[in-house]
Amino acid sequence: MTSDPALMSCAEFQAKLPDLIGSGVDASSHPHIRNCELCRALLADLETIAEAARKLLPIVDPPDDLWAHIESAIRSEEGDFDSIKQRAVPPSN
Amino acid sequence: MTRSRYPSTSPEGTSLGLDVSAPPPAPEMKRVAFPTAATPDPAQADALARAQAGDHQAFAQLYSLHKRRIYSLCLRMVGNIAEAEDLTQEAFLQLHRKIGTFRGDSAFSTWLHRLAINVVLMQLRKKGLSLISLDEAMEPVPEEGPGRSFGERDLALSGTIDRLALERAVADLPAGYRLIFILHDVEGYEHNEIASMLECSIGNSKSQLHKARLRLRDALRANSLPEAQP
Repeated sequence: MTSDPALMSCAEFQAKLPDLIGSGVDASSHPHIRNCELCRALLADLETIAEAARKLLPIVDPPDDLWAHIESAIRSEEGDFDSIKQRAVPPSN
Repeated sequence: MTRSRYPSTSPEGTSLGLDVSAPPPAPEMKRVAFPTAATPDPAQADALARAQAGDHQAFAQLYSLHKRRIYSLCLRMVGNIAEAEDLTQEAFLQLHRKIGTFRGDSAFSTWLHRLAINVVLMQLRKKGLSLISLDEAMEPVPEEGPGRSFGERDLALSGTIDRLALERAVADLPAGYRLIFILHDVEGYEHNEIASMLECSIGNSKSQLHKARLRLRDALRANSLPEAQP
């Protein structure tokens, strides 16, 4: 393994790529990229995928009846809560 | 999320259904900031205040405002429609239980989004998802290397990716990769946030994201070349 970034092999560069990209450094300015068409293409592909991913959300509405289920579950929980409260309150005479 | 929901629309004869006439992507890897500090919405603020006071109609209004985003998130993360519906329901039930604890330290949408992610993660953990074991079970992607990946220039991605093809490729990712890809690239969370959410190292998050992108690249390229398959 070489310590000179410009003399890195593709395998060495790609091993560092996750950290390079993840750290927010401009990976396209890395010396290896300037000299390696293959890794330049890889980086461009990964950028294209990441860019496309940012445009994905949101996509789908939930089914119309989902709210009815949620509302029913809420009512049920509240009913349980009310009955617990009623049991906890001593009867007034 | 099933395959049938996202049929490929990639035209044959073009690489990945990409617009090859489009200019190449910018040379920099730019992050797009996630809207964590959304502009205050007066209608939502009013609904939120009333929902916190126990107004059911206001809570229904909050559901309407956020249902699409929360359901889409759940659907992408679990890749299953029935589970996504259950998780969306659970997320809004939890919201109903906890809405009184929201103090406005972050945008409400951010808070709700994080709550929903926690609901999904809890479910995935119950099902035994282990990011590390999944990762180790994967084929060693780095060894696939440039030699196999870069044989021909015309196979490189360029321009825009067909959205439906990408949706399908994401849905087909192994669970651990999909999770990190969605959290980082789709939802905009940073690696330190993901590491905290998933209880993994930042390095693991970076590594799995990278592998997820490599997988997607392979899948998108394979998807564009059906005639090349036996």
